[in-house]
Amino acid sequence: MTPKLTDLEKGQSIGHRTVELSRADLLRYAASSGDHNPIHWNDRFAKEVGLDGVIAHGMLTMGVSVELVTDWVGDPAKVMDYQTRFTQPVPVPDPDHGSPETPTARLEVAGKVGRVDAEANTARIDLTVELVAGDARSKVLTKAQVVVVLN
Amino acid sequence: MSINTAREGHTYPAITYQVGREGLREFARAVKAQHPAHFELEAAAELGYEDLIAPPTFGVVVSQRAEAAIIADPEVGIDFSRVVHADERFVHHRPITAGETLTAATTLQRIRTMGSGAMVTTVTEITHDDAPRTTVTSTLLVRTEEADA
Repeated sequence: MTPKLTDLEKGQSIGHRTVELSRADLLRYAASSGDHNPIHWNDRFAKEVGLDGVIAHGMLTMGVSVELVTDWVGDPAKVMDYQTRFTQPVPVPDPDHGSPETPTARLEVAGKVGRVDAEANTARIDLTVELVAGDARSKVLTKAQVVVVLN
Repeated sequence: MSINTAREGHTYPAITYQVGREGLREFARAVKAQHPAHFELEAAAELGYEDLIAPPTFGVVVSQRAEAAIIADPEVGIDFSRVVHADERFVHHRPITAGETLTAATTLQRIRTMGSGAMVTTVTEITHDDAPRTTVTSTLLVRTEEADA
């Protein structure tokens, strides 16, 4: 069911979800986006440019995070404006054994209503996107804001 | 090598991009987007679109091709191996739809030099038949060699 603007209040949660990333996910994103930068698939190269190893494309993190909002709003075309800053890389290590489809990074995505504009019929959803490793959580996106049109 | 700010305001030659259904589906799978309007014509039609629609960040596939002209411009002097993506913004005017032939032109909006390098902001206008689709604003942080010294 499509959310209604009049039912929304600033601070209200729209939900949360977990997104897991694997080396195979990075390969699929590289292939489908045309971003073949080797820091997203080659550990040796990533280390040579000062990283600890392969990291996810920032645009992959941005792309998977907005799904929480499009799912909530029920129509991807209602997303009018989506912006973020990239604050920290998301390392996606090669798993010790087994399939490269094995997820090795876990993101927690949560959204809440940041602003309701009744004149423009829009709501701004503020996303929190954290990399979770054991008990440690760190923000990988900041000012991740999605403006959706609602009736 | 330092960044040359003389090219601020310059608009680079436009590129074209043909949007295909399979390309949209593959991109949607890659970003784990599940809405059926990215995969099935009937679902897109229910929302009022004549063909599959793109996920909200698909514009980057087009804009990065147009932005490549700046990276390649020796007058600017960006070393791609020293680039970190700082921020990204998509403003959608109408969803990008399969079957469209898009035109994308990038303008080098601003170069802000800092102690550790430079922030390079680009704006790419994506259009179809002169009608706006998406405006993509991207900022790259470029580290300069002096910063490593």
